[in-house]
Amino acid sequence: MAGGGEAVTSTTQTRPPPWRDVRVLRVLSQIVFVLAVFLMLRFLYTTLVGNLRAQGLPTGFGFLDQPTGFDIRGADDFRPSQPIRDALLVGYANTIRVAVVGIALATIIGVLLGVARLSSNWLIRKAAAVYVEAIRNTPVLLIIAFLYFAVVLAALPGISDAVNIFGAMILSTRGIWMVWGEATQPLGPFLAVLGVGLAVAVVLGVWRTRRFDETGTPHHRILWGLGAVLVIGGIGYVALGAPVEVTMPTREGRLVTGGIELQPTYGALLAGLVIYTASHIAEIVRGSILAVPKGQTEAAQSIALTGFQRMRYVILPQAARIAVPPLASQYLNLTKNSSLAILVGYVELTRVTLTVIGNANPAPQSVAILALGYLVLSLVISAMANIVNRTLALEGR
Amino acid sequence: MAGSVQTPPVEPTDEPALVETDPLTKPAATPGEWLRLNLFSTGSNTVLTLAFGMLLGYAVFRLLMFVFVTANWEIVRVNLTTFLVGTFPRGELFRVWVAIVLISVVSGLGVGVAARRRGRAAPVELLRTAAPGLIVLAVLLALTRTPTPALMVVASGLAALAARSVGVRLPPRAGRYMPVVYVAAVFGAYAAFTTGSPLTYSNFQGLLLNVFLAVAAITLSFPFGVLLALGRRSTFPAVRVVCVGYIELIRGVPLIALLIFGATMLGFFVPEGMTRPDQVTRALVAFVLFAGAYVAEDVRGGLQSVPAGQVEAAKAIGLSPIKTTRLIVLPQALRNVIPALVGQFISLTKDTVLVSLIGLTEVLRVARAVTRQEGFAGQGLQAETLLFAGFLLWSVAFTMSRASQRLEKRLGVGTR
Repeated sequence: MAGGGEAVTSTTQTRPPPWRDVRVLRVLSQIVFVLAVFLMLRFLYTTLVGNLRAQGLPTGFGFLDQPTGFDIRGADDFRPSQPIRDALLVGYANTIRVAVVGIALATIIGVLLGVARLSSNWLIRKAAAVYVEAIRNTPVLLIIAFLYFAVVLAALPGISDAVNIFGAMILSTRGIWMVWGEATQPLGPFLAVLGVGLAVAVVLGVWRTRRFDETGTPHHRILWGLGAVLVIGGIGYVALGAPVEVTMPTREGRLVTGGIELQPTYGALLAGLVIYTASHIAEIVRGSILAVPKGQTEAAQSIALTGFQRMRYVILPQAARIAVPPLASQYLNLTKNSSLAILVGYVELTRVTLTVIGNANPAPQSVAILALGYLVLSLVISAMANIVNRTLALEGR
Repeated sequence: MAGSVQTPPVEPTDEPALVETDPLTKPAATPGEWLRLNLFSTGSNTVLTLAFGMLLGYAVFRLLMFVFVTANWEIVRVNLTTFLVGTFPRGELFRVWVAIVLISVVSGLGVGVAARRRGRAAPVELLRTAAPGLIVLAVLLALTRTPTPALMVVASGLAALAARSVGVRLPPRAGRYMPVVYVAAVFGAYAAFTTGSPLTYSNFQGLLLNVFLAVAAITLSFPFGVLLALGRRSTFPAVRVVCVGYIELIRGVPLIALLIFGATMLGFFVPEGMTRPDQVTRALVAFVLFAGAYVAEDVRGGLQSVPAGQVEAAKAIGLSPIKTTRLIVLPQALRNVIPALVGQFISLTKDTVLVSLIGLTEVLRVARAVTRQEGFAGQGLQAETLLFAGFLLWSVAFTMSRASQRLEKRLGVGTR
């Protein structure tokens, strides 16, 4: 300290020699760091390419255009003669199918569980707690394995004595069928009508919100919007001569007709992911609700809101703000965990990639494509979460 | 709010207990009062209790029927050792026991030292913490067919108790050296497996492999993650960019993709002529690469929570940047994120079952394989073996999460 006094007093500070100048050192050390990283990557890359060449594997991405050479279960219009590119896309679509449905279901169940954990009803509170503690600490892969190998394959009946739930669902080892709408004519016009209905619903919603802001009368924008869609959709449905028919699955002997077939592998994977992720979401929801200040509950009570109203209008909207970032990471986890389907054989991106590698295609490029696929999905989910987060964020004071 | 026409769907989960009063100020309720308060407070609550209670009762009944009546646990009984260590040479099993005794002695010592510092924990609380472990022990012992395991358990239990009484008598400074002792114990346990035998960790199978992968990955990914986090918060833009890129890349990719990367590609990065790493090493590398990124994000949260004044104060007394980080910033940052880190390590432990997908024989794979054994094949015993494997892993993860909750409470994280 004492020695440094001189340097401070002199106004035209003489710069220290370059090997002791912090600014020089900072730049130098960064150059060294970048160089080291670059050299390491280059070493890895040359080794990789050398090894690929030595094994006679291609180093580019040309293999994507070659015929796939295998069938994809559940994708009936896929031909093995189509290029590998198409197979990967089919797998990717299946990944997205699991992710979207899974996220929706896991959120609903998770929120219910989270609220249940704070119920004043002892039975419900404890049951939810046991569920969460049991599931949260079990590997999701094990849950999926259990659902598929022990429930679907071992506990469901064979096709000839399949379980029939109110005619709406048929469960068997061979497959799971559900009621479904089936198009009897091209759907274009009907979808257009539905689109008009949605547009009208949005307009109505804006109008009701504005009226609510002006006069304070109940807005009921959900009811109005839903009504508009139903009325317009209903008129369109009749006018176009019933373009969609509801078909119930029916079983005759070993044959099921009508309805939609869900692959048992898809069902097991989806159920496993939902059961597991819901337990994590429940904890997030519980934590967020507890983080809403108690005064809010008390204020809501003092204006005589019922328990449901308190939750719906006071607690949950505020809890949502806290819950969004951790929820987003749960959604990311669910999406990434869909890759565990390779255990049960549902054909999604990872499964297709593995099969592609197994057919003597180069692993490095295939794994790179696999990673890219998930990275894109992750980025999309994070971006959406950020948008939601921004709309929910408190206005700064 | 004009009479809210929005009718609640079906049964509203009435009255969330947000107003739950402090249990200390609440007078003790009689059983009747308790029932009314907790189960039948309102009409809808009564309906909910009855309907849900019946459903739950039926589910519990079915579960108990399965576990105690219909399930055929013979398959687990016969393969118990396989579940725990796979095909680990049976003649070398004494090594497992040496390792277990070593670990239990050190844990006993640790408990003793901790008890000395913090005073004796209430027996009830102690029992609650140890409950999952004790349940597992009871189940395992109930399933064994020879008395040897029971004797071994008693022996290591006694050793742990003896070590605890030693720990209580140690001088207060001993607590400071316990982390070193723990690490030494882990290495000692590993030495017990390898000295004087051709065995390496690639011989580990079953639950032993899960535990090994978890411990090794946690130990290796922690320093790696801390370095990454420091890099991400570094004032050197080049370092920051590289670390951010790495973390985001890894976090955007499923673990299984990294495991596939390890299994199918790691060999490609080894120069020709060098020996390719074995499958367990490849999996371990994938785990460390993966967990490092997640640990880094947790640690970053902790680094951000250290007030800037701390760094400024350190500068003011003339500490170098490295010393500031090592002595001032990191200790505070890590303390703040211990719960998050433990959570990360729990999921890492659970994720070790994923190595079954790349062909390693961990406990889930054992559970699937034994159902194809002669004498058990085609009997639909998947439920029994998978339940058992799940139970083993659940108990490990649950014990860890209990411990982290206790830690959180003790550190007072989240309470001001």
